[in-house]
Amino acid sequence: MVAGIRSVLAECGGLAVDAGTLAIDDDLYSAGLTSHGCVGLMLGLEEQFDVEFPEKLLNRRTFESIAAIRDAVRGLVDGGEA
Amino acid sequence: MNMVDITAAQAAYRDELVESGLLIPTGVDGLYGRSGVFEDVVERFDALVTRWGGQDGAEVMRFPPALNRQYFEESEYLKSFPHLAGTIHAFGGDEKAHRTLLRRLEEGQDWTEDQVATDVVMTPAACYPVYPTIAQRGALPGDGKLIDVFSYCFRREPSIDPARMQLFRMREYIRIGTPDQVVEFRELWLERGREMMGSLEVPLDVDVANDPFFGRAGAMLSSSQREQKLKFELLIPITSNEKPTACLSFNYHQDHFGHLWDIHTADGGVAHTACVGFGMERVALALFRHHGFDPAQWPASVRKVLWG
Repeated sequence: MVAGIRSVLAECGGLAVDAGTLAIDDDLYSAGLTSHGCVGLMLGLEEQFDVEFPEKLLNRRTFESIAAIRDAVRGLVDGGEA
Repeated sequence: MNMVDITAAQAAYRDELVESGLLIPTGVDGLYGRSGVFEDVVERFDALVTRWGGQDGAEVMRFPPALNRQYFEESEYLKSFPHLAGTIHAFGGDEKAHRTLLRRLEEGQDWTEDQVATDVVMTPAACYPVYPTIAQRGALPGDGKLIDVFSYCFRREPSIDPARMQLFRMREYIRIGTPDQVVEFRELWLERGREMMGSLEVPLDVDVANDPFFGRAGAMLSSSQREQKLKFELLIPITSNEKPTACLSFNYHQDHFGHLWDIHTADGGVAHTACVGFGMERVALALFRHHGFDPAQWPASVRKVLWG
């Protein structure tokens, strides 16, 4: 899943750095993720993992790191909410 | 106060304003004429804004309430607010198309489908023409830029709330520069805004806010904007104490517009921008609400601030 998240990040996140070089706990906002980039990332993740983020997950915390995204997506894939 | 009560209070205030002659109805919600008394208050408030901000050396720019469509497209407004945009379309056909148009009009059919988009779009916020204009001048001077604009703005949100018009005026100061310059500007105006509006003796509060971004992407942008405290509003109750109306707003766009239009600071960094916006009609409506419909009867202290 982390590889999938990295590829969406590279494609949709508009980061200032190579998504492949980020540790899973690195702060994505420090890496250049903007609010509008975050929207692209959210939509890209939904497509990649065939999930829909509920409104309560549509905040900066959900997308702050690869690990946070992994936990959120895992929760959605498992049918619950992260 | 529930939604029904809020709507009733809005309708009641609108009816009072129309009956008093301050607003002139046109048959479209949110589209009004203004009386001389209303305009006098707007003009005096405009002058008050200049008294507070006019010494800062802003470059004055006055644009008509329409925007170059190319600027509008580049602004990405359609990404965030497709529901509020007003594009201007016009007839572009030949004589045959003209006859069709007239026939449809006469028969009460839709005559608008052959209208074509022009190269102008209604201005959604007074500051939109400023960013591409400044970008064209090249890198900013070392102390950045400060711009003063004032324009009618259009947002397609018909409402019976007189404080939510479709065409309304917005005065703005816009700061373009380094993050430090821009943040300092916004802090300054948060203080000034409070003090200036306090001098008008209306109840007010300042709170974190978000723009009405569209859809699920919008929910994400709204929560992000709030979490980062990028937007504050100065709120005054007009038709509801529970849901006071935003009359001034203080917005920090970070480097959003700087990136979109490639605006650079003197040291080569991407420019940050911020603006303070004054909702002219909303301030006038707040004053009429709290001091009455006859400015001659307003408290002497308030009259002195506005009329000297």
